[in-house]
Amino acid sequence: MSTPIKLELGGAASGSLRRMQNRMFLCLTGAAALTLLVPLFGILGYLVTRGIGAINLDFFISLPKPVGETGGGVANAIVGSLMVIVMAGAAAIPCGVLASVYICEFAPGSRFSSIIRFVCDMLNSTPSIILGIFAYGMVVLRMGHFSALAGAFALFVMMTPVVVRATEEILRTVPNSIREASVGLGGTRWQTVWHVVLPAARSGIVTGVFLALARVGGETAPLLFTAFGNQFWNLDPRQPINTLPVQIYKFATSPYADWHRQAWAAALLLVIMIAVISSTVRALTARR
Amino acid sequence: MTDQSKISAQDLSIFYGANRAVKNVSMEIRENRVTALIGPSGCGKSTFLRALNRMNDIIPSVRAEGRVFLDGQDIYAPRVDVIDVRRRVGMVFQKSNPFPKSIFENVAYGLRINGVRSRKVIEQQVEKSLRGAALWDEVKDRLQTSALAMSGGQQQRLCIARALAIEPEVLLMDEPASALDPIATQKIEELIHDLKRDYTIVIVTHNMQQAARVSDFTGFFLMGELIEVDETGTIFTKPTRKQTEDYITGRFG
Ligand SMILES: Nc1ncnc2c1ncn2[C@@H]1O[C@H](COP(=O)(O)OP(=O)(O)O)[C@@H](O)[C@H]1O
Ligand SMILES: [Mg+2]
Repeated sequence: MSTPIKLELGGAASGSLRRMQNRMFLCLTGAAALTLLVPLFGILGYLVTRGIGAINLDFFISLPKPVGETGGGVANAIVGSLMVIVMAGAAAIPCGVLASVYICEFAPGSRFSSIIRFVCDMLNSTPSIILGIFAYGMVVLRMGHFSALAGAFALFVMMTPVVVRATEEILRTVPNSIREASVGLGGTRWQTVWHVVLPAARSGIVTGVFLALARVGGETAPLLFTAFGNQFWNLDPRQPINTLPVQIYKFATSPYADWHRQAWAAALLLVIMIAVISSTVRALTARR
Repeated sequence: MTDQSKISAQDLSIFYGANRAVKNVSMEIRENRVTALIGPSGCGKSTFLRALNRMNDIIPSVRAEGRVFLDGQDIYAPRVDVIDVRRRVGMVFQKSNPFPKSIFENVAYGLRINGVRSRKVIEQQVEKSLRGAALWDEVKDRLQTSALAMSGGQQQRLCIARALAIEPEVLLMDEPASALDPIATQKIEELIHDLKRDYTIVIVTHNMQQAARVSDFTGFFLMGELIEVDETGTIFTKPTRKQTEDYITGRFG
């Protein structure tokens, strides 16, 4: 400790080198951020220029026309998509939130909870077409035909683990101190969850849930051989139903120019719907 | 003084996994008295305190050995209703922890979850508790505003009011003033003085002057052991044990 160390700080060479390094990384990180914007605006621009021409009132209120006829719309696909998403959400949201409450609040650190977490991660990284095949085996084969219900089931399987993980993340941000406060007043676990934890986590959970809805709302693969598609109106969950992603797929894979235009238009509509859902939710929850 | 024992800990040990944080502590907590627990950081004061209403149960790795009697009933016996124990032995935490709800709902919470439905009863009890915590005059005109908008000292008194609302018999306080400024601290200390008429109070503090000011009895903890417990005056003027003396005179270490 006795020999004094001579510090040489801020030598000219090291200074300019560090400044250059800083500038270089500023450029590099900025360029990476810009790269992200290119596909986003590319997609939007492409969808608008290609699709806008096919968007008119008919597009929203008419059924798809048979092959060879021009015009028509995707009204049944819009309604069908909403129906399938609502059915899937009605099952996946309570199921996902409750499962999350179990693994975070009732049995954190238990073996069963870590298994559930692992299963969720597995399901989240499973290609969605596999979930579609699973739904095909579980529902379509048993019912003997395609149905909206089978599509909703596929999306339910896909959405639940997303909801579980998103909710879990939010529940973790609720400070433990208010759980202790509730328990210290003689609250049961469930009372603590219901009256304290969930209200504190509400806006975060709502955000997570809607983002999950938006995500499965654009899925095609799980619906191809479950909900299948339908030329006509159908509001019966036991029957095949048209959905936007599947309709886009059918339009796009056809050889007809008119259908291609409609595919672009339907894609534009889907992107707008999802963007509206996401940004509304963000705006609503940011205010609180 | 004919001091009745309200809580009696007998040969109590608390483990976090394999780590024994409280070691064979036996201690009487007297009714309608203030008992202070002092000792260096990490010596097991909070752990001991939380054992008195089984708050440690909610930490998965914790295990307790020994007994704690509340009015002669062993609260660690099988088939004891933990909820009931916590209703009778309330707790105020080191960091004030109001719910993100209105002032009114914070105080009403304990009543609601314990099945009180009557609006009138709840309103009366909320007022009584806020008065009991010397907070009523400051908040009576803004009961519906968020508790999170209050000052730190007010939040801590709100937490005391919240605990009082379900009329516990014992109040456990874990360094209730450690995050507060001197004026807010003084208010809490005055409050403790008033509360002991109706409640048995156990307070953890790392502030020895505070222990001397507010308590009737003081227990000194060191590395999980209760070194000495006696009337506060005795502990601070003529402690029996050398370690106690070293600690209170600041010759520790
Ligand atoms: N949640 C916990 N998990 C594991 N160990 C803990 C936990 N809380 C406290 N401990 C340990 O128990 C001992 C006593 O802690 P504590 O009771 O908080 O002391 P004090 O309140 O006197 O500062 C410490 O060694 C601490 O590391
Ligand atoms: Mg402590």
